[in-house]
Amino acid sequence: MLEVEDIHVNYGRVAALRGISLRVDESELVCILGPNGAGKSTTLAAIAGGVRPYRGAIRFNHASLTGKPPETISRLGVSLVPEGRHVFATLSVEENLRIGAYQRRDRARVESDLERALELFPRLRERLSQPAGRLSGGEQQMLVICRAMMTRPRLMMIDEPSLGLAPKIVDQVYEALLQRRHQEGVTLLINEQSSERVLEFADRIYVLRSGSVRLEGRAQDLRDGVAIMSAYFGFDDHSASSSAQATLG
Amino acid sequence: MIGFLQNLIDALSLGSLYALAALGIGLMFGVLRLINFAHGDLITVGAYALIVPAADATARMFIGAWPLPLMVLGVCAVVVAFALLSDLLLFRHLRRASAPTLMIASFAAGYIIENGILVVYGARPKAIDLWPDLGREMEIGALHVPRLQLVTIGVTVLLMAALTWFLKRTRYGVQMRAAAEDFAMARYIGVRANFVIGLAFSISGILAAVASLLYISQTGGLSFTLGVPLMLFGLIATVIGGMGSLLGAVVGGLAVGFVSSMLQAYLPEGLRSFRDAFVFAIVILILLLRPSGLIPTKALVPRI
Repeated sequence: MLEVEDIHVNYGRVAALRGISLRVDESELVCILGPNGAGKSTTLAAIAGGVRPYRGAIRFNHASLTGKPPETISRLGVSLVPEGRHVFATLSVEENLRIGAYQRRDRARVESDLERALELFPRLRERLSQPAGRLSGGEQQMLVICRAMMTRPRLMMIDEPSLGLAPKIVDQVYEALLQRRHQEGVTLLINEQSSERVLEFADRIYVLRSGSVRLEGRAQDLRDGVAIMSAYFGFDDHSASSSAQATLG
Repeated sequence: MIGFLQNLIDALSLGSLYALAALGIGLMFGVLRLINFAHGDLITVGAYALIVPAADATARMFIGAWPLPLMVLGVCAVVVAFALLSDLLLFRHLRRASAPTLMIASFAAGYIIENGILVVYGARPKAIDLWPDLGREMEIGALHVPRLQLVTIGVTVLLMAALTWFLKRTRYGVQMRAAAEDFAMARYIGVRANFVIGLAFSISGILAAVASLLYISQTGGLSFTLGVPLMLFGLIATVIGGMGSLLGAVVGGLAVGFVSSMLQAYLPEGLRSFRDAFVFAIVILILLLRPSGLIPTKALVPRI
């Protein structure tokens, strides 16, 4: 469904991505892991059209996304929830949700989608007419996920959904994501810094470090965490990785 | 008391004009972070659209001779066309440029428009008499109010109501507000950047066109820099109102109009010629007390 082939991105003279390749298949849940500055956010932004790779190709259902503007990519069914929540703070919660659906033509289904989003997060229903800036951090995260769902994406990319949220809220967010995935078969590509949660439900995992893919594999094969740890911290020989495992438990 | 009411209506009418100019500037700043110095020249274009393009000393009416609804539509169309053209030829190529670059580009656009007018219409100021009926005064109780002032206030209120309705109640308005707040995110959610920016230019053009009609029927004089003072006071109004806040632009416009009318009325005779110096001194005072304007944009702080 999504194929990213050897993309390179620079910010000024600093190389952010040095040849990332990855793929996501229909109705998969794929996670990108990696420390801060590994290039996870840049990878998602490049797919969504926010930054332009100077080399490489991105294809979605065999159509090229490379160099297309973000609004076009969104209309093709790829939706990005960027890091840091980005609600439209002065718009009401309802306006935030509806703006996600403006590009759609099936107006009748928009209403039922809105209803479903509110069933999933009843907190949002209570605050429909309030400015979204007044919501708590967790509520804002739920809102941006619902807003992205309102575009009816076929591929939804979420950048660190758990960042800065209490563990209980993170559970709720993931529960909602998995539920939507189960109900609608939406394909998910999720960035996370920690592998803890991800290993439970991801199909496949990529580990990024310094702008390159250091490890890729099926989540079930990586469950012990050794290989992930070593790719994450950049230990190349086995002794280092086992000592890291010893210290990190 | 009557004298004060009379002055108040003067202030409201002047403030309305400034508010119209400020809204046009504030809208462009909100959506594009562009401080559009060419806005004044769009107002000039609107005024010149009324007459036949020729360098003759006397002005002959062109769009100005059409029936009222057609005339308003015609002037709006011309100004909107110029506004969109400035985006197409200039600003569209500077989407990733910094705010100062955009501002300087808008200076250039304004300069080109002014010189274009000089070439086509000549440098001599021309007199036109638009809507002479509006010069007559209406008596409301003991008040003598020029109709034009009432029309100016009424039209401004109407336009502000229409703009508010558009921004709050239509999907394009909601998209514009979203883009003004976080353009990158708006695009990720499918808002078409060039469409929203084009819309902002068009609305700003309509506001400029209406401002030019009201202004020219007050002053009756065409000159190639006629819109510049309006732009300047409009800009000051957006700054003291709070950059990026449309309500702030209106409040700022009314405030500048109020201060300047009241100073005109109540300053001692000998100081009146320095009125603008007093206006600007008060502007500086307001900015010292409230650096982010009377109505700051980031009134809503996320509760995290």
